[in-house]
Amino acid sequence: MSEARFKIWRGEGEEGRFEEYSAQIDEGMVVLDAVHQIQAEKAPDLACRWNCKAGKCGSCSAEINGMPKLMCMTRMDQLPEGETITIEPMKAFPHIRDLVTDVSWNYRAKKKIKKFKPRAPDTEDGSWSMSQDDVDRVQEFRKCIECFLCQDVCHVLREHDKHEEFAGPQLMVYTAALEMHPLDVEDRREDLKEEQGIGYCNITKCCTKVCPEEITITDNAIIPLKERVVDKFYDPIGKLLKIFSSADDSSKE
Amino acid sequence: MSSLNVLKSSSFGSTSRPDTWWLQPLVVFMGFSAFIAYSTWAAFQGAHYAFGNYLSPFYSPEIFGSSPHAIFGGQPDWWPGWLPFSPAFLILWAPGGFRFTCYYYRGAYYKAFWADPSNCAVAEPRDAYRGENSFPLIIQNIHRYFLYIALAFIALLAFDAYKAMFFVDAATGRESFGIGVGSIVLTLNVIFLGGYTFSCHSLRHIVGGCKDLLSGSPIRRSAYNCVSCLNTKHMNFAWISLFWVGFSDLYVRMCAMGIWTDWRLF
Amino acid sequence: MAQYEKFDYDVLVIGAGGAGLRAAIEASAANVSVGLICKSLLGKAHTVMAEGGMAAAMANVDERDNWKVHFADTMRGGQYINNYRMAQLHAQEAPSRVRELEEWGAVFDRTKDSGLISQRNFGGHKFPRLAHVGDRTGLELIRTLQDHGIHQGIEVHMEHTVASLLKDGDRVTGAVAYDRERGRFKLFQAKAVVLATGGTGRAFKITSNSWEYTGDGHALAYEAGADLIDMECIQFHPTGMVWPLSVRGILVTEGVRGEGGILRNSEGKRFMFDDIPDLYKHQTADNEEEGWRYTQNDREARRPPELLTRDHVARCIMREVRDGRGSPHGGVYLDIAWIKERLPNAEEHIKRKLPSMYHQFKQLANVDITKEVMEVGPTTHYTMGGIKVDADSQMSAVPGLFAAGECAAGLHGANRLGGNSLSDLVVFGKRAGEYAANFAQEKGSGTVDEGQVEQVINRALAPLGREGGELPYAIQAELQEKMQDLVGIVRREEEMQQVLGIVAELKERAAHVSAPGNREYNPGWHTAIDLDNLLTVSEAIALSAIERKESRGGHFREDYPDKDAAHFANVNVRVRKGEDGRMQVDQVPMAELPEDLQAIIDEESK
Repeated sequence: MSEARFKIWRGEGEEGRFEEYSAQIDEGMVVLDAVHQIQAEKAPDLACRWNCKAGKCGSCSAEINGMPKLMCMTRMDQLPEGETITIEPMKAFPHIRDLVTDVSWNYRAKKKIKKFKPRAPDTEDGSWSMSQDDVDRVQEFRKCIECFLCQDVCHVLREHDKHEEFAGPQLMVYTAALEMHPLDVEDRREDLKEEQGIGYCNITKCCTKVCPEEITITDNAIIPLKERVVDKFYDPIGKLLKIFSSADDSSKE
Repeated sequence: MSSLNVLKSSSFGSTSRPDTWWLQPLVVFMGFSAFIAYSTWAAFQGAHYAFGNYLSPFYSPEIFGSSPHAIFGGQPDWWPGWLPFSPAFLILWAPGGFRFTCYYYRGAYYKAFWADPSNCAVAEPRDAYRGENSFPLIIQNIHRYFLYIALAFIALLAFDAYKAMFFVDAATGRESFGIGVGSIVLTLNVIFLGGYTFSCHSLRHIVGGCKDLLSGSPIRRSAYNCVSCLNTKHMNFAWISLFWVGFSDLYVRMCAMGIWTDWRLF
Repeated sequence: MAQYEKFDYDVLVIGAGGAGLRAAIEASAANVSVGLICKSLLGKAHTVMAEGGMAAAMANVDERDNWKVHFADTMRGGQYINNYRMAQLHAQEAPSRVRELEEWGAVFDRTKDSGLISQRNFGGHKFPRLAHVGDRTGLELIRTLQDHGIHQGIEVHMEHTVASLLKDGDRVTGAVAYDRERGRFKLFQAKAVVLATGGTGRAFKITSNSWEYTGDGHALAYEAGADLIDMECIQFHPTGMVWPLSVRGILVTEGVRGEGGILRNSEGKRFMFDDIPDLYKHQTADNEEEGWRYTQNDREARRPPELLTRDHVARCIMREVRDGRGSPHGGVYLDIAWIKERLPNAEEHIKRKLPSMYHQFKQLANVDITKEVMEVGPTTHYTMGGIKVDADSQMSAVPGLFAAGECAAGLHGANRLGGNSLSDLVVFGKRAGEYAANFAQEKGSGTVDEGQVEQVINRALAPLGREGGELPYAIQAELQEKMQDLVGIVRREEEMQQVLGIVAELKERAAHVSAPGNREYNPGWHTAIDLDNLLTVSEAIALSAIERKESRGGHFREDYPDKDAAHFANVNVRVRKGEDGRMQVDQVPMAELPEDLQAIIDEESK
């Protein structure tokens, strides 16, 4: 058992300061355990959002030593020993109190994305046939636990407050899951360009780096979506070719 | 329990990260700068770019030029007299454009050169931001056109590497197969550049990413899987091909200047 | 005068896990106005933790499967104190509910040849029956419902805790809740209320349940006059993590065993072969070879004993530990790495089939499950008991008050089969939503007594204003510890009596707790309010467990180690609030099984 020192952001809204605490560290402890210990012993009103404590719900998002992380999945022994550990709330969203932020924007922005629209079922009982190969790509995105760490680290939201113009990496992952869904027949490319502002992403890949589910957000979701937007809006030659080839197809039918 | 009264600050470079977050962008900055400096210098030389059957990749294809590799002979008459001429000027825009609009390079140089951001969760110097959503960076969307050209370059450079294995005997004038260090350098060059080009995000999209269903078309599916696999190493290919293409030019140049000797293995 | 905002809905759904979301979707589809309250953020409910899959007899993998087999499996698993009608509806309707999820965007794993929804083997299910997505099926379920639901016009109130239900005479008319973020009170007037608040696992120290699981729905319904039944039936999942201490209790999916994982004691012995109950003897492999073939989908093979029902496996593990054959941290060994002896590419196979287990052990315990064994032990997992409801409509004894999912009782009897909870959520969530909407349309509004609202608010605010009292955390911890020790997997009369005394004392202390700080996101205050519910359900669990003087399913009494076929096989233990305000417990006879259903059970137990 050893002791660790923490610097935790306390305060409400715009007002706040770091306060120092210490906690007893046992083998295998995670940062959330330490926060709970501090809550139970020293600061009963220390606000912190959490839920499953198993890395499955994505509630306990915060910034540990400046990097967005899940508190329940950050083991104390992964942090530099003997140094004070900084815990702050996420910075891309309005601050409520202590480690809790108002993440409701993410839910509002998600609602603006066109919902899933499947093709007609393949059989009468309402089943579809899909090959596992075709669903693999989408299943990666469906691992998203909506912890919003990628939204937090994305500088377009964090630094430039483009919440009105840009939906952020998490919702790009969400859109990718819909757009690449083998059954989906909706076209979201115009919205991606105009409403979700995919052009704001400048591919810094920080979102990929912080994803606790290890979703390759930039390479597998955002860039392929950018390419699909290029298909529709920025590739005149490709479009021309497609017109010819589809004219060709229809003549065969 | 003490209060530290630190308020959130958003001045450039402020972050709670205790690690050396500035190191990575710095290395990228230096790496890219060194390459740009060297390649610009090399392109302006207009000389020492060919050595026997070796042709520097900075000068390939040599459309007009003074070496035996030139396709249409020497400097064209219509070239304005006030403009310095180098065969490299005619073609370097293509690989340059490919790299400039590459998804990996974009992310890397926005960080290292524009500090936009310099690293994850580090405050930036400017408030205004337009990203790739409007002019000028919206032009990045033409990446796939550069890809088409880059694919042609791979064929040309492969041909160069092939030629680099046939040496003309100065005494007899006869051409025979052989391997010199330069042959290996130029072969590796086309392999690395191939790896970089075939791992391109746009290529991944074109061969299969544009479709939601691949199970019905086995060729498309294997192409997509193959490019996807290479794509995970796109950054590594970007760096090694960048270094090696520079080194290939240097190698040919040094041999042509007589500073290095090209060892023949057989 | 207390300040509060007012909302008015036809149907108010409390809880936004699988059952709550499904109820809200169904009600809104009936064109009534729907409000949805959740204790945490939308999409974070405990449903996300479900791993293995959802059981539905779709017969995609084994065409011999049908609802009758599923029904018989569920009844056998529940040791026949289930509500047979619920078990029947569940088995019949689950396949449609699964297909409906696919229609709403869920992406289940596929079968190889037909490309249909793949189904996997699980404990107590005769055929491969669990539609799944790797080992994160719950996440897929909740996200699908969430993403479908947000376009249905449902009004969602995130991070709200309900302090009390409101009544007009017999009938429920709404709820008073406060918003956890800002601490503001809200009055939700509603023509019908659906409770979908999940279980009570936080009453125990070692649990796989998230913090929300404080039995809120159970306590709200109890206070409103509804009956609770089968509260003694708590499921202890055999495999939770035991080390490191801070992650003790986190679930290790049954899928590990479904994929061929085996249990060994410290002597290296595969102890599950030692004790196979008679009820399951004809379905269980008697040698390792056959067990292995079963996990590899050999249709002729019988299941390995590791895949016996959860209650039984949990008790076998307890026995090994008690008799000194446990692992260093008080569990046994679960080994999936051994399959490399049988399969080429075993490492990749494990990572693909059990990605979050691989991740969880790697990250939390520094154990690579493709190479090393896991240490596991029982963890509190599921509350079979709960609010007594009508099987078809899901309405409780209180008119207008419905319940679905884990907080409702009946489907699972004395022990739940893995995979039956996710299908429970959607089957009965849908029914509750449908019937609640009907009720709302037929009955119109009741009236809300403002004085009642005022009272609720004042009571809820009391810990905030109180100075110098004890913090709620210590009381909660003490309760969890005592419940674990004294009403845990193995129970004895005296110990449980002792718990009743402890609960009474803790109630007294809880009435005087203080929560320093203000109303904004104050975890101390939230804990103080949850504590009341925890104490209520703890008392109900202990009382019921004392009342059932036999061992059955999840309820194991050391002093009555056998089943009592003559008496307790035909009754449910019921808890309700007496006239005097005290908790009363009694036994209610079960309805007799109709002949056709009995015939199915007889046929299947051959």
